[in-house]
Amino acid sequence: MHEVTSPQAFEGLKLAGRKPWRISSIVATADHNTPTDHWDEGIKDPVSRQQVETLDANIREVGALAYFPFKDARQGIVHVVGPENGATLPGMTVVCGDSHTSTHGAFACLAHGIGTSEVEHVLATQCLLQKKSKTMLIAVDGKLGKGVTAKDVALAIIGTIGTAGGNGYAIEFGGSAIRGLSMEGRMTLCNMAIEGGARMGFVAVDDKTIDYLKDRPFSPKGDIWEKAVAYWRTLHSDAGAQFDRVVTLKAEDIRPQVTWGTSPEMVVAIDAIVPDPAKQTDPVKREGMERALQYMGLNPNTPINQIAIDKVFIGSCTNSRIEDLREAASVLKGRHIAATVKLALAVPGSGLVKHQAEAEGLDKVFIAAGFEWREPGCSMCLAMNADRLEPGERCASTSNRNFEGRQGPGGRTHLVSPAMAAAAAIAGRFADVRDVL
Amino acid sequence: MDKFVRLEGLVAPLDRNNVDTDAIIPKQFLKSIKRSGFGPNAFDEWRYMDVGQPGQDASGRPKNPNFVLNQPRYQGAQVLLTRANFGCGSSREHAPWALLDFGFKAIIAESFADIFFNNCYKNGIVPIVLPAAEVEALFKQVETTPGYKLVVDLQAQAVIRPDGYGIPFQIDAFRKECLINGWDDIGLTLRHAEKIREFEEKRRINQPWLFA
Repeated sequence: MHEVTSPQAFEGLKLAGRKPWRISSIVATADHNTPTDHWDEGIKDPVSRQQVETLDANIREVGALAYFPFKDARQGIVHVVGPENGATLPGMTVVCGDSHTSTHGAFACLAHGIGTSEVEHVLATQCLLQKKSKTMLIAVDGKLGKGVTAKDVALAIIGTIGTAGGNGYAIEFGGSAIRGLSMEGRMTLCNMAIEGGARMGFVAVDDKTIDYLKDRPFSPKGDIWEKAVAYWRTLHSDAGAQFDRVVTLKAEDIRPQVTWGTSPEMVVAIDAIVPDPAKQTDPVKREGMERALQYMGLNPNTPINQIAIDKVFIGSCTNSRIEDLREAASVLKGRHIAATVKLALAVPGSGLVKHQAEAEGLDKVFIAAGFEWREPGCSMCLAMNADRLEPGERCASTSNRNFEGRQGPGGRTHLVSPAMAAAAAIAGRFADVRDVL
Repeated sequence: MDKFVRLEGLVAPLDRNNVDTDAIIPKQFLKSIKRSGFGPNAFDEWRYMDVGQPGQDASGRPKNPNFVLNQPRYQGAQVLLTRANFGCGSSREHAPWALLDFGFKAIIAESFADIFFNNCYKNGIVPIVLPAAEVEALFKQVETTPGYKLVVDLQAQAVIRPDGYGIPFQIDAFRKECLINGWDDIGLTLRHAEKIREFEEKRRINQPWLFA
């Protein structure tokens, strides 16, 4: 639960005289409105502050398994905080008033975003009315090339199935390339299932899942751990299982991706060019492309690696975990951002990620490269706090949505991996990270 | 929730695919802790020439004359006609709250994003999926006919055009009943409280790690 989509749910409960059904199922944190600098000054925007304080008050009143308020050492983005504390466990049904709840599917959870009325419904009843989803298997087999990450796989999949391709489906991500991903990588992939239209995406349990969860604060311990692990190991599709739709991609075909438009499906590889609407035969799609290019200030057929950027954002529930910061830092080490880059932000996903990164000296790499090293939160993914783009500014962003105005009114977002964002920061334009690794 | 049985309403066309919930209600308005008052900021970035702020009086703001919902002929529209994958992106229920507050009670599209689709029902908005060819024909009729109205007959599960042509649509029987009666989902679920408790007790034994 976070502060943006819960106040009306608590209010609804109160008005109806209802109590939460099972308090120990609630995990909450403040993430969308929290500032990422000058924490000593608190939240300056009074409207943001009121929303965060409303969550504080609601949790104080009803209780929770865990609450990580603003400035807590374990505060952070709800989809980073849940897994790293072992609050997200395989086989669970996890819901949150946030579409990127699909992230938790990396742990073989049925995890999806819900609206605020449904948050209230879950609080009151511990249940949700659901229609069975159709099933889709997305199998990525083979070995990902150097510099190609889970984010590139996610964008390549969305480029293949489209932003509505997963509507009505639950997606299982399988294949040797997916099994080869770390838990962080799987979270990035499942996070963006919603950008392909699927409310939920998940990956089967394997040794990596179990190893990740061992000894986390809320993971089971002792005999119960053993019992849980035995059950979790059954959470995979049967051999020969039938799916309503199967999509296959070859890992070797996936190159570092960059979005060019205002929908995540408007994506190409770094060595490609901006598509030409004149070649699109569907008139509604053509108009959509023309509108996107106009908003993005781009001409058709421009090589992607000639597009100059103003700002860089490394963070969000998609790409703010320790592995993401390591990948970006490995590119930045010994280098500096281009003089034309006005601002480069590194925003860890949680207090724990920040602490770990600092223990590894990654903060020093970012700062030496010219990045600002910030406090955890959603930050410039959706610009509900002070971190945002000004009209017309162009950003290489590791977030999940390139919608119009998402990072600030008039802002232009290009979605990329952390390594590609770092490469863009150095070059001042999009650049192929494979050339600098 | 208000009951929905039958509506005859002015139609406004929004001729785009993939209209996302960030466009329907931009993030700065999500800071409100209320469910109401989002209508003046529906489609804020498309509708106004300036950048809107929460709590601001929208009446004096400069409107974008090119945005379709600002055209005089569509004022008072209750039916929104659009294309594919309407409501994609963020799960924010502020999107249907804003559309409802703006005056829309039914939305006709080729397809909807899943979370938005669910959120509509919770607020008494009827999301209607029609075949692309029917949607295309409706767009043509709206464009050429000022004051174009459609009847949405939920009981009969049909959209009826002014020329009398009826287009049937599918809707889940339970959801239809809830809309027609204006039922509260939570109250309905709590009728099964005993069964929910029994299920939980079994789980507590079989999967104790879920009950920290």
